[in-house]
Amino acid sequence: MTKRSGPAAAFVAALKERGLTFVSGVPDSTLRSVFEQVLHDPEIRYVPAVREDVALGVASAAYFTGRLGLVLLQNSGLGNLVNGVTSFSLVYKIPCVLVVGWRGYGGPPGDAPEHWVMGVKTLGMLELLDLPYQILEPGDPRACLDRLLAAIRKRSVPGALIVRPGAIE
Amino acid sequence: MIARDEAINAIASQLDEDDLVITTTGMISREAFSVLDRPGNFYMLGSMGLASALGLGLALLVPRRRVFVLEGDGSALMSLGALPLIGAERPPNLVHVVLDNEAYESTGAQPSITTRVDLAAIGRSSGYRGAIGCEDQETLVEELARTRTDGGPRLLVVKTRLASARDVPRVSRSTMEIRDTFRRSVEART
Repeated sequence: MTKRSGPAAAFVAALKERGLTFVSGVPDSTLRSVFEQVLHDPEIRYVPAVREDVALGVASAAYFTGRLGLVLLQNSGLGNLVNGVTSFSLVYKIPCVLVVGWRGYGGPPGDAPEHWVMGVKTLGMLELLDLPYQILEPGDPRACLDRLLAAIRKRSVPGALIVRPGAIE
Repeated sequence: MIARDEAINAIASQLDEDDLVITTTGMISREAFSVLDRPGNFYMLGSMGLASALGLGLALLVPRRRVFVLEGDGSALMSLGALPLIGAERPPNLVHVVLDNEAYESTGAQPSITTRVDLAAIGRSSGYRGAIGCEDQETLVEELARTRTDGGPRLLVVKTRLASARDVPRVSRSTMEIRDTFRRSVEART
């Protein structure tokens, strides 16, 4: 049963208020409760992509209809996004919102070994690609989302909202 | 086998003004630009493998217009997972054309594995409403005409010859112009 209140419901309501209803992605346990909302919300069109770059391609189509697409992913999927971002999004300046679950936050010994390297490199990856990002703090997500959307719109590029484990339960 | 420029010409002859066309990186975008340039074309100069994903997104968002994806065998193989995704989403307005020359021609014609892999069979098992190999011009034109009457998504795998070494100019428009022209075309009749 999908919860009608709580942090995930508030987060998804904030996305909808901002017109972010065309969504693709690859599941992540950090974003489990967000996925639960998205998958059951009749106002959201969710396309279950097979890879993160495919999700970026699908979601980016929204730009051509005057909307902004959104991709839900785990930070391990940032690697799969690199060529799509560098040779499509940044070359054509196609904006998109990336909501990224931060596995391996803080590095070892937290989380599982497969997340240790990307856990430490996540923000550095975004900085290397010169993508704007915001780290979501617990509480009202709206101000954080609006800061990110302003940066995305100003430069017309993808931008990431980084979600630590426990930030949206 | 069909010459690639003939295949692209056949596709051009079957397009309506409203149709949207996404072309993949390399020679296919260059050839499409030289023989069928039109405002509804998006030349995806990089991001090999993403043309079908962008086409899928557009087909879902703009259901009243046909969306053509033109890519090569290398590009289709790179995002092979996009085929079952398209099959699962089943947009009836999507026409996915793979110009299969069994090689990575733009980088020096290194062989691809489609000599031994049947992309049309993969399309059928992925849930496309129609997926067929086209070995000659007649079949290609017939199958293109069928996209008007039969629902999609449809996959046409067109066996094309390696082109003789002729200079096809690069797409001369800037990426911003390509983007904005295409966006205006999408928004004009959505």
